[in-house]
Amino acid sequence: MIKFLTLVGNYFILLKKVFSKPEKPSVYYKQTMRELVFLGLNSVGIIAIISFFMGAVITLQTAYNTENPIYPKYLIGLGCRDSMILEFSSTISALILAGKIGSNIASEIGTMRVTEQIDALEIMGVNSASYLILPKLVATIIFNPILTLLAIAVGITGGGLAGWFSGVVTPESYIYGIQYEFIPYYITYSEIKTVFFAFIITSISAFQGYYVEGGSLEVGKASTKAVVYSSLLILLFNVILTQLLLS
Amino acid sequence: MITVKNLNKSFNGHRVLENISVVFETGKTNLIIGQSGSGKTVLLKSIVGLHDADSGEVWFEDTLFNKLPFLEKKVIRSEMGMLFQGSALFDSLTVEQNVQFPLDMFTNKTNEEKIERVNFCLKRVNILNSNQLFPSELSGGMKKRVAIARAIALNPKYLFCDEPNSGLDPLTAIVIDELIKELTMEYSMTTIINTHDMNSVMEIGEKIIFISKGLKCWEGDKNEILISDCGPLNDFVFANSLAKRLRSEYRK
Repeated sequence: MIKFLTLVGNYFILLKKVFSKPEKPSVYYKQTMRELVFLGLNSVGIIAIISFFMGAVITLQTAYNTENPIYPKYLIGLGCRDSMILEFSSTISALILAGKIGSNIASEIGTMRVTEQIDALEIMGVNSASYLILPKLVATIIFNPILTLLAIAVGITGGGLAGWFSGVVTPESYIYGIQYEFIPYYITYSEIKTVFFAFIITSISAFQGYYVEGGSLEVGKASTKAVVYSSLLILLFNVILTQLLLS
Repeated sequence: MITVKNLNKSFNGHRVLENISVVFETGKTNLIIGQSGSGKTVLLKSIVGLHDADSGEVWFEDTLFNKLPFLEKKVIRSEMGMLFQGSALFDSLTVEQNVQFPLDMFTNKTNEEKIERVNFCLKRVNILNSNQLFPSELSGGMKKRVAIARAIALNPKYLFCDEPNSGLDPLTAIVIDELIKELTMEYSMTTIINTHDMNSVMEIGEKIIFISKGLKCWEGDKNEILISDCGPLNDFVFANSLAKRLRSEYRK
């Protein structure tokens, strides 16, 4: 228990350092732009591919489970839309990003720790926590909501194409379904979740990397822990935020 | 001048430094020597504030450094340069960007002025035509020299070197030693070097302290080290058979 509380305490101490005043805002701005490319733009491909196939599978599974003629075909489009917006675009994408960018952040910062690059920053008088972590946090909080919107669009498109090519639903029915009783707040809900998940992925992974002690083996372990803890917290906060935002 | 008074440091109950007191003089190459695991690096990191000492004082001129709050420490840290054992160059930055980094962070120079300063520092350490290379493309000796260039970019008052010769061949090691000594005199810095390389000791050891098992056992210069009566120091200095033979001939 004491170990757990120490861990939580160290996490918040690190966050306090991260959110202290930057030494040179122009340098932080450049770093943020760099992170937007590394952590954001470079994730577009994987999110697009995964969302496309998720949308396709949701459409096919909904179709095979609603073969009864009493269910209208447009329900397939509606099911795909709501599944993508409410859950898959934010939560599943966040879990994938926890694996991709979470391990990347933990191993990058962890390697900098064990090769004394963080010490070099500290010696220069740079707030290493803020310099290394704040631009990553800002970049993911800005870009992950964009990735979520992309995931929704690509997923619904993938679902439509899968339905059309497999013949389980006509394009007209599918398009009617994705427009049927659309609730714009669902997008807001999904984006709010994404912002929380982006913060969790980046801060937990950076925390794991920042306090690494040892060598390459420990960096690997920190990277694994970053993915596991981020994923668990994403699932926990998914429940909490759903209860708070949709109840 | 850096003054250390009664410094103690332990990790998980294991005492690593015990009551260390020493004065490191300005314009001199001050060496901390000792066996691996004797506490040299912990002492150096405690002086620069990377480790918090359990007790004791570290004075930079008239400022009690180790008791300063974080923000005030940063002011003195901007006057420090440090060369790490593994060079600690930033992997994602080129040679030029590495040397320019402290200038970006702490000066308001124009880009042209920064590049001019970077080129001056790189030329001073004999790194030419390598501005756009990444650290992974450099040899061990080049990495050390780039790290020295980065350390002197802001004209520091204090230079700290943690085993600057580790992993280098004897000739390159001498080049690095000479460079550090020249820079120390040129900029009148207070330089502290951690080493267990006896070549360095004999080349540049203007003031030397010997640490064994966390205790300061001896203090002197490179001439006095050969005639010391300190047992652990003699075991360290005359560790190999050639050195032992030379000592016996020297005493005769």
